[in-house]
Amino acid sequence: MTVGASDQSLHQMTLAELGDGLRAGDFSALELTTALLDRIAAHGEALNAFITVTADEAMRAAEAADAARSNGNAGPLNGLPVVHKDLFCTAGVKTSCGSRMLDNFVSPYDATVVAKLRQAGAVSLGKTNMDEFAMGSSNETSYYGPVKNPWDHEYSPGGSSGGSAAAVAARLVPGATGTDTGGSIRQPASLTGTVGLKPTYGRVSRYGMVAFASSLDQAGVITRSAADAALLLGVMAGFDERDSTSVDHPVPDYVVGLDQPLEGLRVGIVRQHFDEGLEEQCGARVREALALLEEQGASLVEVDLPNLDLSVPTYYVVAPAECSSNLSRFDGVRFGHRASDPDDLLDLYCRSRGEGFGDEVQRRVMTGTYVLSAGYYDAYYLKAQKVRQLISQDFKNAFASVDVIAGPTAPTPAFRLGEKTDDPITMYLNDIYTIGANLAGLPGISVPCGFSADLPVGLQLVGPHFAEQTILRCAHQYQTLTDWHCRCPEAYQ
Amino acid sequence: MSTAWETVIGLEIHTQLATTSKIFSGSPTAYGAEPNTQANLVDLGYPGVLPVLNAEVVRMACKFGLAVNARIAPRSVFARKNYFYPDLPKGYQISQYELPIVFDGELQIETAAGDEKRIGITRAHLEEDAGKSVHEGFSQATGIDLNRAGTPLLEIVSEPDLRSASEAIAYMRKIHTIVRYLGISDGNMQEGSFRCDANVSVRPRGQAELGTRTELKNLNSFRFVEKAINYEIERQIDVLEDGGEVVQETRLYDSDKDETRPMRSKEEANDYRYFPDPDLLPVEISEDYIAAVRESLPELPDAKRKRFVDDYGLRPDDAGILILSLPLADFFEATAAATAAAPQVAANWVIGELSAALNRDGVAIADSRIAAGALARLLDRIEDNTISGKIAKEVFEAMWDGEGSADDIIESRGLRQITDSSAIDSVVDAVIAANPGQAAEYRAGKEKLLGFFVGQVMKETQGKANPAQVNEALKRRLKAE
Repeated sequence: MTVGASDQSLHQMTLAELGDGLRAGDFSALELTTALLDRIAAHGEALNAFITVTADEAMRAAEAADAARSNGNAGPLNGLPVVHKDLFCTAGVKTSCGSRMLDNFVSPYDATVVAKLRQAGAVSLGKTNMDEFAMGSSNETSYYGPVKNPWDHEYSPGGSSGGSAAAVAARLVPGATGTDTGGSIRQPASLTGTVGLKPTYGRVSRYGMVAFASSLDQAGVITRSAADAALLLGVMAGFDERDSTSVDHPVPDYVVGLDQPLEGLRVGIVRQHFDEGLEEQCGARVREALALLEEQGASLVEVDLPNLDLSVPTYYVVAPAECSSNLSRFDGVRFGHRASDPDDLLDLYCRSRGEGFGDEVQRRVMTGTYVLSAGYYDAYYLKAQKVRQLISQDFKNAFASVDVIAGPTAPTPAFRLGEKTDDPITMYLNDIYTIGANLAGLPGISVPCGFSADLPVGLQLVGPHFAEQTILRCAHQYQTLTDWHCRCPEAYQ
Repeated sequence: MSTAWETVIGLEIHTQLATTSKIFSGSPTAYGAEPNTQANLVDLGYPGVLPVLNAEVVRMACKFGLAVNARIAPRSVFARKNYFYPDLPKGYQISQYELPIVFDGELQIETAAGDEKRIGITRAHLEEDAGKSVHEGFSQATGIDLNRAGTPLLEIVSEPDLRSASEAIAYMRKIHTIVRYLGISDGNMQEGSFRCDANVSVRPRGQAELGTRTELKNLNSFRFVEKAINYEIERQIDVLEDGGEVVQETRLYDSDKDETRPMRSKEEANDYRYFPDPDLLPVEISEDYIAAVRESLPELPDAKRKRFVDDYGLRPDDAGILILSLPLADFFEATAAATAAAPQVAANWVIGELSAALNRDGVAIADSRIAAGALARLLDRIEDNTISGKIAKEVFEAMWDGEGSADDIIESRGLRQITDSSAIDSVVDAVIAANPGQAAEYRAGKEKLLGFFVGQVMKETQGKANPAQVNEALKRRLKAE
């Protein structure tokens, strides 16, 4: 592909292609940044994908990237545009978490992920919309309003990393960071026809990621290709002395090895994944994808995850418990929303939090407070932790005989905005296939595998701990045989 | 106090660990800085920040555990204690709950009757301190100083083995001495580095079941611990003897009024919702690590006291006083090693003159105006009869005032003892001649007048005459006539 600086198709290129173009001098980082900022200006508002666009900072960073390249100091991502989910702290830039509570919060420091990408030369264009404090599966809990699905604005892009997914799907940016606590990267990727990678728990530092549920949260990426996800992960991954739960495990070159064929790969299929909860067309697309993997020499092996049905209830004890404590720091005393003219301390707390947090956050804080309370701790929190162990063990047993587990990412394609907002339980069930990987700390990726009606469907691949290379390779090989990830919503060609 | 009642006391001692940085952040822990100048983003509980355990606190907790013959948990877990308070930035305190780092220890105290008594130590756990609410200087508002937030604490919990305020004090003093010996805390009570809560109950003597307890807070001196406990014992006995019931509650000791009173129930009606902190890994401690810490332990107070008695021949009580403070014990040893005088003499001077001067002028032993070597020279001059013990006190004061070494002062003030017997004889003769009446009475058998004559001779010689020689000469000369 030959591209000029003014060529409209810059936005259609992947990070890998843009990197080649920048290195070849086909266009500059400044030209690329300008082109994408123009696209964001044209489409961002209708999609509501952004909370903050940092155009000035981006232009300066692009100029610096161009200068670095001419000085021979180009980093591995030099000049490549990215956006950050608005719960990664960014120095000097509002970090809202999609919440009124932090609408006035400008972080004094950069998250490790943000700093690593910047140091590699990436240019951040802004901060993306999200469910409030990452609590939601539709992006409708955001204080800044829902993000629209680029495939149909009547539909949700999923959540909580909905802004990042929509921005990538609409070709406003080739890569975005996200976070995944119960499916918040993979489910919106599935619903928007993008690639969403959640690494192994501990693979990427959580420092500077505003915590939702600390034992489940993991930073990852949303891109259009698995190769791009590999490229970004290589920069983001690694031990961070500021995060005790990050793991000191070597970071391989995730791009090398993607070309290895699937011959001999053992792919586990979980029978319960295809039970009645799965929308028919979604099921058909996933089966087609599995058949394609088999054609390429992978063997399909049925595996059993006997406690899978307990993952959603387990998650909705563990995650709210941790969130109820993590969100206690938002008390109106030091930062964030502070109620005006409080009568006393209690009034300051109650109104600052009551006004600052939306309904879903309050629901989870209350649920979490309840399950940790004296007299209920053993029945809920402690029991959930035991079940979590069982679920982890199920995966461990399964991975004794397979290399990856494949299945649907979400039970349905995108649903209409407003369709499930009055029914939290149905909304929670949207994460039924993704939550297991969070409870067990496993890496997972969602790859576009076709459409149900006109809405994208995702294939999920889950691997053992630190097997990102395996799932990325499987996803990449699948993408060399299919073009689902190249499909672009009509309005965003 | 009625002997029909038995008191049961357990102490929770909060010891601030003497690390240079905080337990979960790199901020300094120095006391007394301008408000909020020693609190970084982690201490302030900013969104997205994470705690990282300071390895030094683990080593310090292990040292303590080994010093009190406790078990060190191979795996201990940090937990969150959740409650809202403005000086608690995260809305939870990171502490240890179900799995503390140290458990099942003990130490021996000496009771008022002089008996040894074993006091069990249930556990010692690591936790972070909160900040401080500041009320002075604000109207209609409260200031928050987060310098102290995240300061490492070791909370040491005793078994309810203590039976009186004096036992509680003996236990507390012993812990205080141990943590300073180990170098894990400065033990400074004024600065809050060593403070204590007391659980107090009473029961009819002979009853196995414990009475209802109250928890006394805010006890930041040995004296207040004693007074608060004694007040509370009396109060509970009064309540019970009047047919009432003790209410289980937290009470605050008011040192101005010397009384305890209940804290407002709102302040204590907390369900802390403890759960393991998912931001921190369990602390895993190997046998090798424990062995290395054990190697690094200094001599502990009990061993030192025994050695002072056995090796130096000190009186046990004096040894007990010296070992209460490690610098004092070290000063004694340095003095004893450098002087020809007997160790007990060195001990007498360190406990007596030196301690008195330090206390009088509010000087720490480390800043003593007389070094151990200088004191040793002074004791040498007594030992070799250059000066008397009485003159030595004068020399000591002059040394304390910075006039120079013992020898310099003895020379410049002309304090050298008169040991020339002909010189002493001539003074003695003059004194006898000047007091013929007394001399006659002495000879008539009123021998206690000898003291009068000694006094006169000393007066004539400005105290410099060798007292033994003066005695001998007086007796000889008075008898001679």
